[in-house]
Amino acid sequence: MSDATAALLQVVTLLVALALAYRPLGDYMARVYVDEHHTRIERGLYRVMGVDPDADQRWAVYARSLLAFSFVSVLGLYTLQRLQPRLPLSLGFPGVAPDQAFNTAASFVTNTNWQSYSGESTMGHLTQMSGLAVQNFVSAAVGIAVAVALVRGFRRARTDRVGNFWVDLVRGTLRILLPIAVLATLVLVALGAVQNLSAGIEVTTLTGQSQTITGGPVASQEVIKELGTNGGGFYNVNAAHPFENPTPVSNLVEVFLLLLIPVALTRTFGVLVGDTRQGYAVLAAMGVIWAVLLVGVTALEASHPGTAFGLAGASMEGKETRFGEAASSLFAVSTTGTSAGAVNSFHSSFTAVSGGLLLLNMGLGEVAPGGVGSGLYGMLVLAILAVFVAGLMVGRTPEYLRKKIRAREMKLVALYILTMPVVVLAGTGVSMALPGPRESILNPGPHGLSEVLYAFMSAGNNNGSAFAGLSVDSAWYNTVLGLTMLFVRFVPIVLVLALAGSLAGQQHVPATAGTLPTHRPLFVGMLTGVVVVVAGLTFFPVLALGPLAEGLS
Amino acid sequence: MTPLHLLASSLPDALRKLDPRTMVRHPVMFVVETGAVLSTVLAVTVPSTFAWSVVAWLWLTVVFANLAEAVAEGRGKAQAATLRRAKTETVARRLREDGSEEQVGAPDLLVGDHVVVEAGQIIPGDGDVVEGIASVDESAITGESAPVIRESGGDRSSVTGGTRVLSDRIVVRITAKPGEGFIDRMIALVEGASRQKTPNEIALDILLASLTVIFLAATVTLQPFAIYSGAEQSLIVLVALLVCLIPTTIGALLSAIGIAGMDRLVQHNVLAMSGRAVEAAGDVDTLLLDKTGTITLGNRQASEFHPVDGVDPRAVASAAQLSSLADETPEGRSIVVLAKRDHGLRERRPGELTHAHFVEFTAQTRMSGVDLDGGRRIRKGAAAAVMKWVRENGGHPTEEVGAIVDAISTAGGTPLVVAEHLDGGPARALGVIGLKDIVKEGMRERFDEMRRMGIRTVMITGDNPLTARAIAEEAGVDDFLAEATPEDKMALIKREQEGGRLVAMTGDGTNDAPALAQADVGVAMNSGTSAAKEAGNMVDLDSNPTKLIEIVGIGKQLLITRGSLTTFSIANDVAKYFAIIPAMFSGVFVGLDTLNVMRLATPQSAILSAVVFNALVIVALIPLALRGVRYRPSSAAAMLRRNLTVYGLGGVVAPFVGIKLLDLLVSRIPGIG
Repeated sequence: MSDATAALLQVVTLLVALALAYRPLGDYMARVYVDEHHTRIERGLYRVMGVDPDADQRWAVYARSLLAFSFVSVLGLYTLQRLQPRLPLSLGFPGVAPDQAFNTAASFVTNTNWQSYSGESTMGHLTQMSGLAVQNFVSAAVGIAVAVALVRGFRRARTDRVGNFWVDLVRGTLRILLPIAVLATLVLVALGAVQNLSAGIEVTTLTGQSQTITGGPVASQEVIKELGTNGGGFYNVNAAHPFENPTPVSNLVEVFLLLLIPVALTRTFGVLVGDTRQGYAVLAAMGVIWAVLLVGVTALEASHPGTAFGLAGASMEGKETRFGEAASSLFAVSTTGTSAGAVNSFHSSFTAVSGGLLLLNMGLGEVAPGGVGSGLYGMLVLAILAVFVAGLMVGRTPEYLRKKIRAREMKLVALYILTMPVVVLAGTGVSMALPGPRESILNPGPHGLSEVLYAFMSAGNNNGSAFAGLSVDSAWYNTVLGLTMLFVRFVPIVLVLALAGSLAGQQHVPATAGTLPTHRPLFVGMLTGVVVVVAGLTFFPVLALGPLAEGLS
Repeated sequence: MTPLHLLASSLPDALRKLDPRTMVRHPVMFVVETGAVLSTVLAVTVPSTFAWSVVAWLWLTVVFANLAEAVAEGRGKAQAATLRRAKTETVARRLREDGSEEQVGAPDLLVGDHVVVEAGQIIPGDGDVVEGIASVDESAITGESAPVIRESGGDRSSVTGGTRVLSDRIVVRITAKPGEGFIDRMIALVEGASRQKTPNEIALDILLASLTVIFLAATVTLQPFAIYSGAEQSLIVLVALLVCLIPTTIGALLSAIGIAGMDRLVQHNVLAMSGRAVEAAGDVDTLLLDKTGTITLGNRQASEFHPVDGVDPRAVASAAQLSSLADETPEGRSIVVLAKRDHGLRERRPGELTHAHFVEFTAQTRMSGVDLDGGRRIRKGAAAAVMKWVRENGGHPTEEVGAIVDAISTAGGTPLVVAEHLDGGPARALGVIGLKDIVKEGMRERFDEMRRMGIRTVMITGDNPLTARAIAEEAGVDDFLAEATPEDKMALIKREQEGGRLVAMTGDGTNDAPALAQADVGVAMNSGTSAAKEAGNMVDLDSNPTKLIEIVGIGKQLLITRGSLTTFSIANDVAKYFAIIPAMFSGVFVGLDTLNVMRLATPQSAILSAVVFNALVIVALIPLALRGVRYRPSSAAAMLRRNLTVYGLGGVVAPFVGIKLLDLLVSRIPGIG
């Protein structure tokens, strides 16, 4: 089987698997969020939390609950890391330094999972399981909750209620993430991923040196890391590590898990707004971007000119030979497009221009198909922007899903699209201007700029993947990136919830022949264009000085 | 005025608008002005041909934007000047309680005062005629020179201050405070003095401001990257980049588009009381149209002669014509016309018929007719009345007449029976004239158009449901409201609005006022009462209810123009990047010269060409902003496809061509090329 055939085969397998899961999972998730009943376990949880699960919240209350929950999570995770040596299962690791502990806490609570530490030599099993793994679940559930609240804004009319945060959080975790994670863990273990509570085995290598082979609850971490588009690996090298991702088949399973919920959520959205075609349209825009970037990155990786690459037959530096170029490209495009940040190769080692494409993929705002929940609400916000401009061009006050897009909605949308680029550019700009942070750069020249830009792009889109190269475990990067992650996660979330509240308060307007149809290819094209143009225009100058300057030289 | 004159005469205004306190209302252009000031300082410090050229074009960009607004306002100002002339100071003859008169200045009048106006005098303020009837010259506001009749009671009672009474004497009750009258509001409107940003304009402004902030961030942070890369940029170049990226085209033209939209309405002799109403017009989902005068011609017309069995159709026509010769009502005239058209019967003058005695229509007899020489008497009129006359004159009407009469009624027409009585014989019914509403020409096509645009048309009529249905079907409206009372109309509007629909209607009577106020777009007829004009948010000076359809079009055109130019403006950025980024950095990274796809001569000429293009495109688009984007009613999908192609794709391509052409010129300037 030629490389091209293999590459094509795995993409086709992936797409078929996603297509098969699309409707059942999407429909199931829709039912989860409109279900009137609570399970016995859920009732118990609500009683412990002191929550009335049948009381819907106004958007501001919903947002307050979410922020309070996240604040407590950051605090808890920080404490857990600092007190690590005094707790069981620490594997003898010391407490994590304050700046790194803050960075890690912010990172996992914001679903970023940026890791400035090396997993196997910093975190004990307790921190991994009761701290990081728990956040992997709940931070993902928070993302879905926000998306569902926004969808309720479209679905409901003349109400100030957008749902109950605690119910959405609990249901997302218990009814969606947990069952799939358990199932998928079994699959990964069957495929050879490690799952135990071992403190590591001391072995003597062939050359006579001694080496510690660490074990741990790897497979379960791995699954939720992908499923919740978290990305924080058990091991430093993340999904390139054979214990996390042993074979090309497990690799494909992991990519499938990355894309599963973000893709199926478009179905949930379609079902909940009562028009599944709208879901397909949003999915189509996501899919077009994903596909174009995949083709671009794969082609650039396969055809990179240069003596070394020629001898190796491909640009294999920084890539696992188990996976090769195509599977690495597939993983890279999927992980940067889902805000997951798991990696199975070093993105820094990709050819300069495809590195630029991965940067751009994050710069689009993580919408192809985006993180769990965040991808959907990010795309819906951009859809509102597209509808606004397109709606004017058909001579009406713009409407989306039978709700008017007025000044109030535009204000929230404008602030949303503004937040990420400004934070990313400012963070990168300041880091390049200060001498201290500049010293963390590994490679000089344009590639060094790409390293810093990647760090801020990754943190600034709650992606969490690392370019590699830049030493980010410094007080500056830990603090600034930690703040960046918190800011770009929660400011947009509050804006989206406000948008949900504003939309829910409106009445539905009837759809007529004069209404802009938002399920047709023309609109999908327009939406894709808006996504690409907004991000492209924002990041073109810096991409020109980084990856383009490097790639075109 | 030629376009060039208009530009020149607006220039002083454009320069006056450079005042930062004015500019700050337009965030995008305010950023450009700030950039221009900054560059000027830099050019003074480190002068060069390039720096001064950029500075000059940055200032021109701001001036061009102000020029667009000034030109748009200029057109209104000319109109306002004409209106002001109508606002001459007049002395009012106020009536005291006891009926005697006193002279007071028009500005001292109070609401509720009664004033007397006689032939040749100017009406001192807006009000309603409470006594008398007069012909009034309203050309000052409508531009229409034919005088109109204003009378107390009914729906033609309102008069406007500043118009002149041509005949008779009327007593007017003042309804508006001096200085807040119709003409005052009109002047404020056309001058744009009372112009406030409309909801949609505000939403667009927010979007443009946020894009500006994003591009500001992209430009400001570019410097540390450039320094790191060893390619530090001069501030002038960064300002040039910023100005090229931020949406200056739409930012410059936005307010001109809004003013021009209002102005287009004024050209159609419609006054919108707010820009909000114009925008709402574009969003209308349901149009309520009065049947009479809007859908049908004002009066019913004869459409057919139905002879009773055995009577020559020509004889019926002839009898009908004879009986209508002296009938000057539109119905009577239409019978004569139909007889000529269908039966070639020459119209006979009443004078030709010697010894003829014409019988006038009265409310009691409900018949009219003629008594001819030789004892021949012809009558025509309402079925019951004529049948009674036949019986009284010894005739025995057959069942057949009743059947014809019923058939015409069912079809929505009005039957008039024609009968004759010859001396000596019994009277007999000859036939029936069918009168019906004549739907105005081209209405069906317009309603089809509306349907394609997603607008539902509802006909409002006092007719019975049967008649209403027949006319609704003929005219092609989507729905009708028969036997409509003002309450029904109000209920219909509320029901539509409950469903989230925007409703537009026209009205003129006082009993229309609540509905006009409730409707999202209420167009009052200028001939109507002041209560109606007060309640509506637009006034049609021509009092032509059909104009509602045009108003919807103008509202849509306004939004389309905004959307299209926004798309164009943002699409332009692609080419500007390809001009400026290689120019900034290809010195350090030679590879980036591959991005210079336009092959622009030098970095300086590339940057300058982009700035010049950016400024010139504003001027080039002023006519489009004022005229509005071409608008033809069609479905939303078709409209989007067209506008996206022209302004989206066109917006990407045009600057590549434009900047390249400018570069060919600019690169010849010494010190730049």
